[in-house]
Amino acid sequence: MRLPIYLDNNSTTPLDPRVLEAMMPFLTEKFGNAASRSHAFGWETEEAVEKSRASIAKLIGANLKEIVFTSGATESINIALKGAAEMYSEKGNHIITAATEHKATLDSAKYLEKHGCTVTYLPVDKFGAVSPEQVKAAITDKTILISLMHANNEIGTIHPIEEIGKVAKEAGILFHVDAAQTAGKIPIDVEKMGIDILSISAHKMYGPKGVGGLYVRRTNPRVRLSPVVHGGGHERGFRSGTLNVAGIVGFGKAAELCSQEMAQEAVRVSALRDKLKNALFSQLDELFLNGDPIKRLPNNLNISFAFVEGEALMMGLKEVAVSSGSACTSASLEPSYVLKAMGVGEELAHTSIRFGLGRFTTAEEIDFVIEKVVGVVKKLRDMSPLYEMAKEGIDLKSVQWTTH
Amino acid sequence: MAYGPKVIDHFNNPRNVGSFDKGDQSVGTGVVGAPECGDVMKLQLKINSQNIIEDAKFKTFGCGSAIASSSLATEWVKGKSVDEALQIKNTDIVNELALPPVKIHCSVLAEDAIKAAIEDYKKKQE
Repeated sequence: MRLPIYLDNNSTTPLDPRVLEAMMPFLTEKFGNAASRSHAFGWETEEAVEKSRASIAKLIGANLKEIVFTSGATESINIALKGAAEMYSEKGNHIITAATEHKATLDSAKYLEKHGCTVTYLPVDKFGAVSPEQVKAAITDKTILISLMHANNEIGTIHPIEEIGKVAKEAGILFHVDAAQTAGKIPIDVEKMGIDILSISAHKMYGPKGVGGLYVRRTNPRVRLSPVVHGGGHERGFRSGTLNVAGIVGFGKAAELCSQEMAQEAVRVSALRDKLKNALFSQLDELFLNGDPIKRLPNNLNISFAFVEGEALMMGLKEVAVSSGSACTSASLEPSYVLKAMGVGEELAHTSIRFGLGRFTTAEEIDFVIEKVVGVVKKLRDMSPLYEMAKEGIDLKSVQWTTH
Repeated sequence: MAYGPKVIDHFNNPRNVGSFDKGDQSVGTGVVGAPECGDVMKLQLKINSQNIIEDAKFKTFGCGSAIASSSLATEWVKGKSVDEALQIKNTDIVNELALPPVKIHCSVLAEDAIKAAIEDYKKKQE
């Protein structure tokens, strides 16, 4: 077992060696510009790009002509929101999204608010989900886009996309789904789920960084989006710029592997995740699961370890790479806005740790992590004045704290 | 957060973790910070009749630098007179631990904890 152990797969995933192998020729001898139609160098890279496009389309139940390559999910989301807002500005200017979306969505929405759009940020329930009814109630005659994540990156909660897709269809409103966390992890079918636009990232599914995809529906309805990046008219004008061929080939290979292995992988990874969760809950008291206990990503576990600050916990877990919703780990010094939106108190948000398992996580690693976490939490609780007070029966909410 | 070796040492081997009896006349207790801010320090000082800090203990909920700041504070106050302990400045802690700018509030909290504990002790003597 190699240390440190990587348990931050909701942040990024390692490149699968099979993906690297597929990419290598395109980083070396096959360097042609996929837009060069006049010679064999361009033909071979164009062929490889189209093969990847087909693999990605297959993963989400789309047609290959509906896939646009981008630099990643952030760019895809930017195109989806800004492109739809501009293209459909005559139809309306209202966008519906949720408070717990990724910053790529929230910051694009805020940008659009400065440019004449109104945005509804739906609140979420205690598990971090919005309901189809909430979406339906938020629709106005000016609504042009509903943008929601398939699953949340921090807490793993899966949105009822198919039901929300029905609401969007009935109202005739475009539905964009941020599938950065779910593509290649759980099944996606853009037809069945009523999705019109979908954003994907390669590096969250064992592909390379710097490449992503945008699914744009071509029929029923034919979605049009104004480009954000202008230039040579690549990708049917949706996204100009010479294609990142090696990245796209890796993305395609990663998608192909996910299509083949996703079902078994989800079973294996969720069993390891459940083992981790059950062991921690049985060996430690005062733990709180963040996110939906059932409808969640197979690889995600998010726990608040009450009375132990998240950054300190991570410092104690130096052999394990995880992330925390604690303010001390963020540049803004604010605790996780996702946990806050779910109604998790700030005192518990500071104690949250996200464990992101993945394709290469082993049972041996999970055993090691369980032992480490239990040890560090016990040690830090022994030096936590809050744990001591709670054990003395003092209601921490009744204490007059000196806020600073 | 990439910490310097002194923070890591105090975090891994915290000095003087524990509690004294709050009711003891010779013990001053200072609790500063708030759970929703992500750090709470409890510093306790055992002070003799000559106003010398004979012993110190702490418990801290907070990040690595909060734990290190309070651990260091207990080391520094031991053996000092109350007046000398009141001279400890947060900047001394920042310098000793090489705290990054975003962690300066941890040192402020440690200074506040020393002052709060001494104030509590003085109140008990009235």
